Amino acid sequence: MAAPAKSPNVIAKYLPVYFTLLAIAALEFFLAYRHFSPGVLLAMFLALAVCGGTLAVMYFMHLAEERRSLILTLIPATIFVLIMMNMIWSDSYRLLHLRPFAH
Amino acid sequence: MSESHLPIHDTGAAVMEASPYGIPSRKLTMWLFLVSDAVTFGAILFGYGYLRTASTDWPTPFKFNPSILNVMIMTAVLLTSSLTMLGAVDSAKTGDKPKTQRFLWSTILLGVVFAGLHIREWFGLIDEGVGLFQNPWGSPLFGATFFSITGLHLLHVISGVIAIAVISRGFARGSLTAGHVETTGLYWHFVDLVWMFVVPLLYLLNIARS
Repeated sequence: MAAPAKSPNVIAKYLPVYFTLLAIAALEFFLAYRHFSPGVLLAMFLALAVCGGTLAVMYFMHLAEERRSLILTLIPATIFVLIMMNMIWSDSYRLLHLRPFAH
Repeated sequence: MSESHLPIHDTGAAVMEASPYGIPSRKLTMWLFLVSDAVTFGAILFGYGYLRTASTDWPTPFKFNPSILNVMIMTAVLLTSSLTMLGAVDSAKTGDKPKTQRFLWSTILLGVVFAGLHIREWFGLIDEGVGLFQNPWGSPLFGATFFSITGLHLLHVISGVIAIAVISRGFARGSLTAGHVETTGLYWHFVDLVWMFVVPLLYLLNIARS
């Protein structure tokens, strides 16, 4: 019976992505204590989270190595649904301005 | 050789036709589950955003110590657990069972540490008077959204720890394959991915400023 092949340094190839994700998280913590307006802060956080999420999906979850058809099936539909959820914002602002105590 | 590179009949799946995506059904099912889970988390995060935007007195209670410091450690722990899970998947593919076990149990340990830190954070907030529908600072819905979102994430972590333990046992006994380890790994990385959005939106936007 053949001995199982050894895998000497299996995580080394993932270290650049791992450290990039740690750096993104560290940058978020750093930015949180800078004096940005909430809107700017939210935009920066979302941009960084999307970058981190993309790295995780593509390289930790190996989606980059799968067939393009799988990527095209999963990702656009998910993004489309998440974008459609943005239609709630106008109503939340309406609630804010219609409340008597808001003025 | 990765299971995804094998002909589909070698993976025990249907022999009638080829997989449209060149991956086993198990893996495709996990991807579809993760898409639905992403939308679920997206919906509750949008719900949180809706309530936060519509509230004039949304609390910003998270001090650097203990909350933000705790979250920094939790983030590092969860990211590291993703790395150990990757090690487990790659070791499983090469057939190195002892190394796979070490990586899987490292992932379990890190998951348990994460859950412990998370529960400690919860108890800290509960001690400060935060409940599902009340808190000492402002909008009563803060607790409902905070505990719902972090609770759902914590449930995923605990489920993942249990799943990895089951997979580890099955892989050690030979009843489960590297493909099972890989599929569980997809789930675990997704838990990590969700945390990347929960931290900035739920914690860092609600930092207490002096």
